[in-house]
Amino acid sequence: MAHEKPRPEREAWITGIGLVSALGEGLDAHWAAFNGGRDDWLRLDTATYAPYQVHPAVAIDVAKQIPDRGDRRQMEAWQRLGTYAAGLALDDAGVKGNDDVLKSMHMIVAAGGGERDYAVDGQLLSGLEASNEPAKFLNERLMNDLRPTLFLAQLSNLLAGNISIVHGVVGSSRTFMGEEMAGVDAVRVALARCHASQGDIFLVGGAYSAERPDTILHFELGHMNWSKDWAPVWDRPSDGGGTILGSVGAFLVIEAREHAEKRGAKPIAKLTKVSSDRTTRKDGKAEHTMAVQWNEISPSLIPGATVVVSGATGVVDAVAIERDLLDQRRVPTRATASVLGHSVEAAFPANIALGAMMVSRGAAIPPVGGSAAEAAMTRKVKQAVVTSVGHWRGEGMGLVEAV
Amino acid sequence: MASMKDRHGRPVVVVTGMGVVTSLGQGKDENWTKLTAGQSGIHTISRFPIDGLRTTIAGTVDFVPFENAPDLTTKMAALAGDEAVAEAGIGDAGSFPGPLFLGMPPVELEWPQRQDLARASGKAADITYADILKGAAARDFGAMQKRFLFGSVGDELSDRFGTKGAPISISTACATGATAIQLAVEAIRRGETEAALVIGADGSANQESLVRFSLLSALSTRNGDPTAAARPFSKDRDGFVMAEGAGALVLESYDHAKARGATILGVVEGCGEMADSFHRTRSSPDGAPIIGCIRNALDDAGVTAADVQYVNAHGTSTPENDKMEYVGLAAVFGDHLANVAVSSNKSMIGHTLSAAGAIEAVFTLMTIRNGVIPPTINHTEADPAIKMDLVPNKAREAKVTRAISNSFGFGGQNVCLVLAAEPA
Repeated sequence: MAHEKPRPEREAWITGIGLVSALGEGLDAHWAAFNGGRDDWLRLDTATYAPYQVHPAVAIDVAKQIPDRGDRRQMEAWQRLGTYAAGLALDDAGVKGNDDVLKSMHMIVAAGGGERDYAVDGQLLSGLEASNEPAKFLNERLMNDLRPTLFLAQLSNLLAGNISIVHGVVGSSRTFMGEEMAGVDAVRVALARCHASQGDIFLVGGAYSAERPDTILHFELGHMNWSKDWAPVWDRPSDGGGTILGSVGAFLVIEAREHAEKRGAKPIAKLTKVSSDRTTRKDGKAEHTMAVQWNEISPSLIPGATVVVSGATGVVDAVAIERDLLDQRRVPTRATASVLGHSVEAAFPANIALGAMMVSRGAAIPPVGGSAAEAAMTRKVKQAVVTSVGHWRGEGMGLVEAV
Repeated sequence: MASMKDRHGRPVVVVTGMGVVTSLGQGKDENWTKLTAGQSGIHTISRFPIDGLRTTIAGTVDFVPFENAPDLTTKMAALAGDEAVAEAGIGDAGSFPGPLFLGMPPVELEWPQRQDLARASGKAADITYADILKGAAARDFGAMQKRFLFGSVGDELSDRFGTKGAPISISTACATGATAIQLAVEAIRRGETEAALVIGADGSANQESLVRFSLLSALSTRNGDPTAAARPFSKDRDGFVMAEGAGALVLESYDHAKARGATILGVVEGCGEMADSFHRTRSSPDGAPIIGCIRNALDDAGVTAADVQYVNAHGTSTPENDKMEYVGLAAVFGDHLANVAVSSNKSMIGHTLSAAGAIEAVFTLMTIRNGVIPPTINHTEADPAIKMDLVPNKAREAKVTRAISNSFGFGGQNVCLVLAAEPA
């Protein structure tokens, strides 16, 4: 058989973005908040989970994207946030309700899991301590006290399932797990499939609810929560480091350029490259892979026109890995988690969205949270390099460019 | 050497190594012997007390010592992966030349961990999450944190097998194992890698998981006779039986496998998918997504229903699934369905959930390779609404060159794989 010429890589555009965070809903609200005063960008809840603090998502009118009350009842907060943000992205791309497009739209969702019944957990733990037959007690209480439908709010793939049901995205449905890395790989695989003509239009993203004691608990197991007075992520490692979690829903519509042009859709930005790796974080391996991934991107960078949108978490070791990369390269950096909070699986899709916002406006947001570690950027921004160094594992990078 | 392309001009994806763990035992040989003898691995649960439970049976894997669900998932995945990589004879020890695609259940803290945290808080009554958080802050629970990260199962397996790049951990409910295969096939087809290690593993049959399925009325309550509980497609089926296990496959491009002289165990010709937007746990009444998913798989393989001799059914033994799967197969296969053998491995191994798609792909390829179709056991009462050759109760010798394997899951997940013998 004759060797076929590989098809040239197709250009992939971001044609829709849905973003909800503590700063607002949609890119315009985010732009305004980042550029505003401290009250605009710092919306911290220090009371509900004290001594822990979270960046709660702004109030949303869920019914606007999830009109059916029955649907809303079947979801917990992270699913509502994600389904809502996915709807915003579909609206933004102009494909909401367009069944012809939606039935061939491929979905990759980065998700954790979730949601406990906190009251039931507390009662059972108390009862277990008092019981002479704890295993029997547990069986009986679980059978009696668990809400049957809570299971559907706990399954990782049910965010995608809800998006299929509410918005009709049914071309395919895959859910990636694995904290920050899941968010990077969801975008990476969607882009690779788009480049290789394994689908023309993709819905990719994730959602994270920080307003949950069990997610805060997960970080507390490793003593990774920042419970001192708020400070930008770069300032935290010198004082022990830590994250403040944030509720974020972030979805992107990624589309082959020709597919977008055919239906008259306008690009917000071009998604050029996403790479990812997993190292053991020993012997400089993580620093090495970040440098290798940077070097794959850097030949195409236009001098002085790039901003780094960093996924820095505030956790000491992870921040050190990223500083090793950034300190040698001196590119203006914006660590969005300083004010959005760390949103784990949703962080990378959200930062791709914010990178797209900056290149489409041709301007960077000011140093996030007034961080002295972030240089001013007054020149025209044409490219955004999005970084992700997971709080424990996973190193990834993406390049978003102005069209 | 000429490059082998499929009907769409893409690299042909072949299987060169397989491994399996189920409640029937460890390894392909033991599993195949028992599967073709019509033996069931379902038993009364001994892992935890069963007082007060509505369902007291499962296909747990009891011969692998473990500490918690992610630990058991990791260990079974490692056993199946070891068998697959050894059979493929690929790479150097601890260095697999490609990425890992891992299908696995969602990870969550379990009751023993919550109890440890509550105790660390010093409180024994009126415990709240504020107390649990205090307990977590009081001591170093770093090891617990890592174990219960979603990424830690893939992380351990990446180190064990030396796979390349970031492992992809997948959850598409009961279609998870098939989705993992699908993602690997796509990666090889687009030339991103020449080889991939796919593992589907599930070791999550703990008390709370069982109760959750029980509360959705999804499980069989035929507790008195465990081996007779899973009875897919029978009139008196009453639910699925929760089970554990792992399946592993080494996938390669045909060219890569041939160049290194590997034995080709079979071909993954096609993958099809179509999500269902009807309901979180139920299929569209018209079966359209199931039909579309199977048709997409056949189109992807470049074949028609007439080219298929065997269906490894999803066949969970729930009233709903089996009815809808029949509706779907009848629509796609039409009159040809009378000539097609359909059986459900789940009648013997139960529903291995996140592992099912991978385990059943392994068994489907063994069916093709060995010319023996494992039966659907416990078939004593036919459902008049389901007219298929279910290979009832006894294995059958038959020449099978091409089969499909179905996987359907909560959340509208539908995946179908087309698997075939090595091209002559």
